[in-house]
Amino acid sequence: MVIADMNPVPHEAARNACHLCAPLGAGMAFAGVANTLPYLHGGQGCATYIRRYTISHFREPVDIASSSFGENATVFGGKGNLFKGLNNVIKQYHPAMIGVASTCLAETIGEDVAAQIKEFYLQSDGWCPELIFAPTPSYVGSHYDGFHRAVFATVTALARAGEKKQNINILPNMISPADIRYLREMCSDFSLEATILPDYSETLDGGSWAEYHRIPEGGTLLYDIRRMGQSAATIEFNNFLEPEVSAGNYLAKTFGVTNHRIGIPVGVAAVDEFMKLLEQYSRISIPAKYIKERGRLLDSYVDGHKYVFGKRALVFGDVDFAVSIAAFLAEIGMIPIICTAGKERNLPELIKPHMQKALEFHIFEGTDFVAMGEIADKLKPDIIIGSGKGYPLARRLQVPLIRLNFPIHDRLGGTRLRCLGYGGTQELFDRVVNGLLEKQQDDSSIGHAYL
Amino acid sequence: MIDILKDRQNQVFEGRKDQKFEMSCDKISAAGSVSQRACVFCGSRVVLYPIADAVHLVHGPVGCAAYTWDIRGALSSGPELHRLSFSTDLKEKDVVFGGEKKLYKVLTELIDTYHPKAAFVYGTCIVGVIGDDMDAVCRTVSREKGIDVIPVHSEGFKGTKKNGYQAACTALSNIIGTGDISGIPEASLNIMGDFNVAGETWQIKSYYKRMGVNVVASITGDGRVDEIRRAHGARLNVVQCSGSMMTLAQSMKEKYNIPFIRVSYFGIEDMSKALYEVAERLGDAAMLERTKSLVQEEVAAIMPEIRYYRTKLEGARALVYTGGAFKVFSLVRSLRTLGMKTVVAGSQTGDKEDYQQLRDLCDEDTVLLDDTNPMELAKYIQEKDVDLLIGGVKERPIAYKLGVGFCDHNHERKICLAGYSGMLNFSREVYSSVCSPVWSLMPRRRKFTGGI
Ligand code: SF4
Ligand code: SF4
Repeated sequence: MVIADMNPVPHEAARNACHLCAPLGAGMAFAGVANTLPYLHGGQGCATYIRRYTISHFREPVDIASSSFGENATVFGGKGNLFKGLNNVIKQYHPAMIGVASTCLAETIGEDVAAQIKEFYLQSDGWCPELIFAPTPSYVGSHYDGFHRAVFATVTALARAGEKKQNINILPNMISPADIRYLREMCSDFSLEATILPDYSETLDGGSWAEYHRIPEGGTLLYDIRRMGQSAATIEFNNFLEPEVSAGNYLAKTFGVTNHRIGIPVGVAAVDEFMKLLEQYSRISIPAKYIKERGRLLDSYVDGHKYVFGKRALVFGDVDFAVSIAAFLAEIGMIPIICTAGKERNLPELIKPHMQKALEFHIFEGTDFVAMGEIADKLKPDIIIGSGKGYPLARRLQVPLIRLNFPIHDRLGGTRLRCLGYGGTQELFDRVVNGLLEKQQDDSSIGHAYL
Repeated sequence: MIDILKDRQNQVFEGRKDQKFEMSCDKISAAGSVSQRACVFCGSRVVLYPIADAVHLVHGPVGCAAYTWDIRGALSSGPELHRLSFSTDLKEKDVVFGGEKKLYKVLTELIDTYHPKAAFVYGTCIVGVIGDDMDAVCRTVSREKGIDVIPVHSEGFKGTKKNGYQAACTALSNIIGTGDISGIPEASLNIMGDFNVAGETWQIKSYYKRMGVNVVASITGDGRVDEIRRAHGARLNVVQCSGSMMTLAQSMKEKYNIPFIRVSYFGIEDMSKALYEVAERLGDAAMLERTKSLVQEEVAAIMPEIRYYRTKLEGARALVYTGGAFKVFSLVRSLRTLGMKTVVAGSQTGDKEDYQQLRDLCDEDTVLLDDTNPMELAKYIQEKDVDLLIGGVKERPIAYKLGVGFCDHNHERKICLAGYSGMLNFSREVYSSVCSPVWSLMPRRRKFTGGI
């Protein structure tokens, strides 16, 4: 259901934007490839801002190199800077791959980065790391689009044909390191070899070090990425990315790898769908461990159903995140108020199939936090689900904020938050119910310790 | 072993006897080295951001504004417009056809909605390339809305953060001199280059008040447009964070004949020196007396606790890396107060003189770094066996990964470190990081922590 007069006042400015720019997403995706250094072709500021933003969430070193454009590069072209930069990165980091993403500046002055990279490759004497280029000026969309473009660029550059194998590819979207680890665990419990791209579960969430690492350990192996064209299937955790930049689609078209586009598997129905795929490709039936997890989740749905029924939850973030969470909310009887950030994609139409269970839902596209505030004033959510940047809004409305997604700059452990699979859904469900209970308890003049 | 990039060898001084001391600084960061610096825009934004009753509009694509939304700890005692992030959010069509129309619309809309006292419009890289006439749009809107709309030419690629400081100073000098200065007393000054992070300007103001000194304007901590308009009525400019405000202080000297002094509010020595200097410049014997007793009182209040920390911290080794160089001096001295040794020191924007001064202040073998990067930081943390890194959030994980304590001394912090109580907070910060028992569990740890 879309209520027209609920729309926030139209505006030209981005006021407290809820989305970030594309190179940030690209940097994050490249950081999930083994022994890879992300590299931004453009101004120094972009790289430093993006690093600071990413570091503050992951609380890990995140090195992103930059071409450091000055006036000269801006006026006469950045090729010299790119060559020098790549050489310096190779000398200092010895990477197996450099993931180059372009910023607005490079694209606006009309750099042909792809050609420059090719030239660098040809002129380099001897060994040269893999050089992957993703065009990511901010106008391609948001961090979400940058992330997927980096995955797309990596796959299209590296995947090769070959003898078909039993394994599968999973393109998991921007989920947390803990979710990636759980995903890996699921695949291994199904005895299924899966190439998860990207996999920053260790590179951006690692342990304490005995000595400094040039590039943190972990990440998807280049060897595995090269074989992605030989897999039996790809499962993409996204529904809304344009097909032209979907790596799963590319693998299907080019190598005949069956592509399954499902959202992020959150909520029983969505996880069931994912489990079926794992059963199908592993040819073993769902392990008892997950049947039990599912059972406990259903049992807790029953225990908690009254507390959540009819409650309004404002969920914000990139489109796949927001819609996947909203489908889960609909499944438990809550009313999702979906606020997506970044570019508009005709969502009111597109999300209908995902909202069939919803008692009622609302959707707003391309929102910033000021618009969200206006929406919230009208629709009065009981709870907010999204990144830590929702805090000022939650504070003003005096409703709980369930932190999830990226970025979380005001709490520890953003990397350990989960929503994926039965286990992750359980964690999220408990947090939502308890958030509502806590609010009810705090607001009560009596303050019962027995609810 | 981590090597220093060839392009950077003149920006690292290793403190060896055979090495000639000549830092080459003020350079654009070497391409491909992961500089900790930001850009020109960042410099301007840092300086002007605390002006709380102005709208700050970033003209460019969304990122430049989004990454700077409410990340700084600069507080306001009144309006909080500075905590909002506004961007013209330029899209492809704006880049092709120009962003002036959009800028005009956005500015009008924001001024109508938020009724600011002034608006600052920051140009980012893209605007520099597509050639929008920001000045003209600002003039038009200013005329139509009757408030100052000030363009800040902070295109990221046009230099380093320092050029951003200059652009900010130019913007500020546009409003200084437009207010009525009657009634400003003799003993009056402007606080320049303090940004009221965690209420630091308030702390400093309270000292001046006790001394009997009137603060005309704070530029820009807890700043207000109307106060800044009157800044030319002060008798003295007291400049902290000299990197960012020197050009403004110099131009005010030329234009209004207002002398300036450079001070730092960090650490007991520097704080006291600042107050005494102000008293000497502006006051009489009575004020000097008041200042003396203020300093005595304040120092006496914090020393017992600081002495205790000193017993715990004696001999610990620090790496200090900050944005401006002036702050490094204060930190080296403050660490000495705590019995600690600075074994590596550096800044993002220091100049030749700064580094010479730093060299004189530090020990013979202290490593000096200009515009360094994670690899070099890691190298010297390991080689110099550092116990504490003082820097910003970007440096924190490098320290933590290597089992080393960290103290945030950047504008993002939420703890007041200026003044005497600030020195106490600083000591607590250092103590609670360096002496935490967790280090003794980390794979790469140092004996100092009392671990195994
Ligand atoms: S210029 Fe583009 S890439 Fe750089 S920070 Fe701004 S939006 Fe992001
Ligand atoms: S685009 Fe330019 S102004 Fe914006 S963050 Fe990047 S370097 Fe700075």
